[in-house]
This record gives sequence, structure tokens and C-alpha cells, in this order.
Amino acid sequence: MTGFLSFIPRAVGQGIPLLFGCTGEIITEKSGNLNLGIPGVMYVGAISGVIGAFFYEHSVGEGSMSAVPAIMIPVLCSLFGSFLMGMLYCFLTVTLRANQNVTGLAMTTFGVGFGNFFGGSLIKLSNLDVPTIALSKTSAYFSATLPFAKKLGWFGEVFLSYGFLAYLAIAVAVAAAIIIKKTRVGLHLRAVGESPATADAMGIDVTVYKYSSTVLGCMIAGLGGLYYVMDYASGVWSNDAFGDRGWLAIALVIFTIWRADVGILASILFGGLYILYLYIPTGMEHMELKELYKMIPYVVTIIVLIVTSMRNRREDQPPASLGLNYFREER
Amino acid sequence: MDNKTGTRLFHLAKREDISRSKKLVIRLIAIASALVLCALLTALATGINPLQVYASMVSGAFGSVRKTWITLQDLSILLLISVALTPAFTMRFWNIGGEGQVLVGGLATAACMILLENKLPGVLIMLISFVAAICAGALWGLIPAVCKARWNTNETLMTLMMNYIATQLVSFFVIIWEVPKGSGKIGIINQNSHAGWMVQLFGSKYMLSITVSILVTVFMYVYLNYSKHGYEIRVVGQSLNTAKYVGISVSRVIIRTMLLSGALCGLAGMLLVGSINHTITTTIAGGQGFTAVMVSWMAKFNPFTMIPCAFLVVFMNRGAGEIATNFGLNPSFADIMTGIILFFIIGCEFFINYSIKKRKK
Repeated sequence: MTGFLSFIPRAVGQGIPLLFGCTGEIITEKSGNLNLGIPGVMYVGAISGVIGAFFYEHSVGEGSMSAVPAIMIPVLCSLFGSFLMGMLYCFLTVTLRANQNVTGLAMTTFGVGFGNFFGGSLIKLSNLDVPTIALSKTSAYFSATLPFAKKLGWFGEVFLSYGFLAYLAIAVAVAAAIIIKKTRVGLHLRAVGESPATADAMGIDVTVYKYSSTVLGCMIAGLGGLYYVMDYASGVWSNDAFGDRGWLAIALVIFTIWRADVGILASILFGGLYILYLYIPTGMEHMELKELYKMIPYVVTIIVLIVTSMRNRREDQPPASLGLNYFREER
Repeated sequence: MDNKTGTRLFHLAKREDISRSKKLVIRLIAIASALVLCALLTALATGINPLQVYASMVSGAFGSVRKTWITLQDLSILLLISVALTPAFTMRFWNIGGEGQVLVGGLATAACMILLENKLPGVLIMLISFVAAICAGALWGLIPAVCKARWNTNETLMTLMMNYIATQLVSFFVIIWEVPKGSGKIGIINQNSHAGWMVQLFGSKYMLSITVSILVTVFMYVYLNYSKHGYEIRVVGQSLNTAKYVGISVSRVIIRTMLLSGALCGLAGMLLVGSINHTITTTIAGGQGFTAVMVSWMAKFNPFTMIPCAFLVVFMNRGAGEIATNFGLNPSFADIMTGIILFFIIGCEFFINYSIKKRKK
């Protein structure tokens, strides 16, 4: 039982970046934009926050840091970085009507390269004499928990042992689910994703909806990168450490059949699957089996993908115009 | 763009007829502006003057005989994967699983080399690994194709997930075959016996992949433009209903085309393992499965146009790589440069497809 209890916080820690990415991508896809650039956006969100925190830590010195700027600077930098990526995607696909798959893949190439480049060269570029990017002080602010959490035993460990970004991720997912399902804005957004021509005829500004949902989606996804590096990785940037989590976030969108509220539990489940191999005993003789266990999240995604397409229920389908650009004059 | 048409000064019209030379000019302007931006950014990061940036890029790609050969070899592999993905794209099947298809092809080759050493003569191992790589790649293409054909499963996401299954499969076997135990690496396979190493053509170890990629490119051009299969692929890509109406079995075309696409990716994997690296790692495809998607699209799915497109990407990669090495910067610098070039090329398509006209009063 204690083993399982210690498993949950780690699964949640793995799940939160996925949840941010998944919520962001759901909002994006609801407008009909299939943004395959999310993995890149998450890298950019992470490194932008790191750059902000790095310069803040080194300009004021570790002793005189205070909580509000130490949190706000990385968060705002991260949001700004992913905002720019979102604008780039929208400019290319909505305004210039470029192919969404190609634009997304190019953004992933660029974003991952951007993250690894600045992660690997930041110290050299800034001429500071430090061995590695280790923002432990900033990270302490990000992973601070409620002071009484430790005293509450298993309850505190399972529910209260996370930094504020984790709770923000859940709040954002709930808010996104409510807005998409229950409000007029959400209805319009879904209309744009299902049939932009109809939405346009209704007087909905398709361009505005596509831009704002995609950019907002990118900003949310970018926070996933920030959470990973500041909270989960304790402020230590190492290249390629974020790995393929961005793609898993996109897989989660399908797994949850485009429902942000389902995403909360699903991302924790995926987070658990992601680290499950650490908990399945293989013995020293068969370390190779761990590599097979790492396949589980992807296999599960494929199964869900196939099953939903086999059942072919109308409410389980992706937005009808997903991946297609809208050009009014072509109706 | 706002919707209040009254206030708009410009409107867009789809261009139906744009001359080849005009298209070329627009693309060249885009590439030139991307190169200028790249040089400025490089100058900012390294402090050398922008003209010198180009000089180091050229020397990175063609600075010595060996560098030139490696550039050509990289070009041949990227070209091969791009061409391999093309028939699928022509029928609007977004196969972004090139990475996985290459990996399983490489894995099959490595398996043959390791398991058959000292059991069969080298020529036979070569032939068997050739067949095995092609079958493995084809299988990896077949699975999403069957799902697409039967249940209309989203192929973009499915092929994407297949990549990671291939990656894990490779790391599984890497640990089984690792030399020495516990190193997590296979090292050079059959270093002494060279069993299963691909033949050298024209006395050069680089020529095999270059020759294969040229042959496949020509084959694909003919296949897509002058064969019945190519015609069917294009009809399926243009309109599913038309295809059904004229009696083309859409599911057969999807499955057949993905078998071909996957098999050629598997071939690229075989070259990477059997002829170039003589080892296998999870990163042996190096993201080229994704880059190839963009190359194929940039070339508008024309195999011959892919040669300059793939060259541009490889050149930027090797050039930026050289700059990064010289200035102690991270090698990912090359990815940023490639990304910038791609953004410009992606963006410039708009000016080819649409013309901006001033609204007449």
C-alpha cells in the first residue's frame, strides 16, 4: 500500500506536463487546428521560463530573491515564448493558409532545437561563470507546498504535495471543459471546428476564434514545459530531458476524445504508465523488458484510436474540419 | 483579417495560372530572405560577420573531400526517405511514421547481421537483410494502412505512435545484443568479419546509398506519373468519391501504397545500418522521418524537385553544425536554422497560391 501511495505523487508529477499540453491541444483542436507543433511549443515554454529565471537569479543574487518576481518572471517569460509560437502557427496556417501538418512539424523541429540550443549555450552566451543551469532557488518557489501538507500523512502526500502549477493545470482543464461545453464562446468555438463555413455564415469571426484558441492553447501547453523543468526537474535543465512528452500530450487528446475534464485523470494515468516500468520488477537479468514496458502508453493510445474509429460514434469523433484550413472565397 | 469587408483595402484571389518562372522567383526570394535572417542571427550569436557565416557554412558542407561525400550521403538518405513518403502523401495519407519505418528496417538489418554471422556467407546475409528490412518497413506501414482502410482510423496520430513503439523495440534489442554487457550500446556490428556489411559500389563506401536513392527517385517519378497505380493514387488523393465511382478499390490502394512507402523507408533503414553506420541506436534515423515530411511537401510531391529541397535542408544542417562546433555552441543550432528556412518556405506558398489585389473603388 505504501508503495502504491508513493507511486501516485510521481504519476501526478509526470501527468501534469501532459495535462497542460493536452488541455492546450484540445482547445486548439476544437477550432479545427491540428497543431503538431505542441512538442516544440512546450520546449519553448520551458526554456523561455528558464532564461527568465536564469537572468533574474543572476542579476539580483540568490540572497535577495523574493517570491513574487521569482515566480512571475519565469511564468510571464514562458507565456510570452509560447504566445509567439502560437502566433507563428496561426499566421502561417490561418492567415497564409499553409498546410497544418507541415507547419506543426516545422515548429516542433524549431522549438526543440530552440530549447536545446539555449539550454546548451545559455551559459556561454551570457558569459557567466557557472557550471550548469541549476535554478534550485527558483525551483523551490515553484515546488513550494502548503506548510501543513506534510503533517497530513497519506492524504497530504497524495493530494497536497505538489507545487501551485499542478493545481493550476487542473483548474485550467476544468475551466476549459466548462467553457467549451457550457458557454456561448465554447459553442461558437465548436462551430468553427466542425464547420467553419457555417460558423462564418452565422456571423462568427472564424479567424479570431482560430487565432485566439490556438494561441491560448499554446500558452497553456508551454506552462507544461515550465512545470516540468521548474518543479519536476527541480530547476535543472538538461537537453532532451523533456523527451517525447509533447507527443504523448497529443496522444492524450485522442485518448480523452477531446474532453478536457477527462484529461485530468487520463493524464495522471498516462503519467503512471510512463513510469510504470520503474515499478514492475524485472530482475537484473532482464533489464531489456523495461524497454518493452515503456511502450505501454503508446500501445494504449493506438488501441484507443482504433477502438474509437471502429465504434464510429458521432460524439467521439474529432472536430470535422480538423486539419483543414478555411478560406472563405472557396466555399 | 477582419470581416467587415467594407473597410478592407485588399482582397485575396486564388491564382489559377502562375508561370513556372514566377513560382521559382517567389521561392528563391523566400529562401534568400531566410538565409539573410539566419546569417544575422548567427552573427548575433557568434559575433562573426554575416558574410563569414556563409563561408563557414559552405566549408562545413564542402570543406574537404570527406565532408563533401558525407553531405552527399546525408542528402541521399534524406532524399530516399522523402521519396518513400511521397506516394502516401499524394493520396493524402499523412504518414508521419517514416521515423519508425526506418528504425524497424534498420533493426531487421542489424538482427540479420548479428544472428547470421558465421552461419551464412556474407552475400547471403546481405540479401536476407535486404528482404528483411523491406518487409519490416512494409509491415510498419501496413498496420496503420489497414486500420485506415477498414475503420478510417486517423493515420497521422497512429503512424506517430508507431514511431515510439519502434523506438522502444530498438532499445529492447539494443540491451539484448549490447556489447559489452551493461554498456547499453551495440557498437560496430561484426567489426572483424564484416559479415553482412553492404557492398561498396564504385570502390567508395558512400556510393551505395547515393546510387540507391537516385534509382528510387527515378522509379518513383515514373511510378507516380506514368503507371496505373500512380494514377489511382492521385485519384484517391483528389477525391474519394470519384475514386469509388470509377471503380477504384480505395482500401486496396491505401494498403498497397503504404506497403510501398513503408518498404522504401525500411530500405533507408537498411542503408543506415548495413552500409553507413554498421550499428543501431534508437536515434539512428535522427528525426529524418519528420524532416522528410517537410521536404516532400516543399517539393510539391515531385521526386525530382525533392533533390534541391533535401539538399537545402542537408546543407543548412551541416553548415550550421560546423558553425556550432567552431564556436562551441550547441549543435541544435542547426535545427533552429532549418526551422527558420522551413517557415519561410511554408509561408511563401501563400504568395504562389493567392494573389493580393487592391480593391477598386
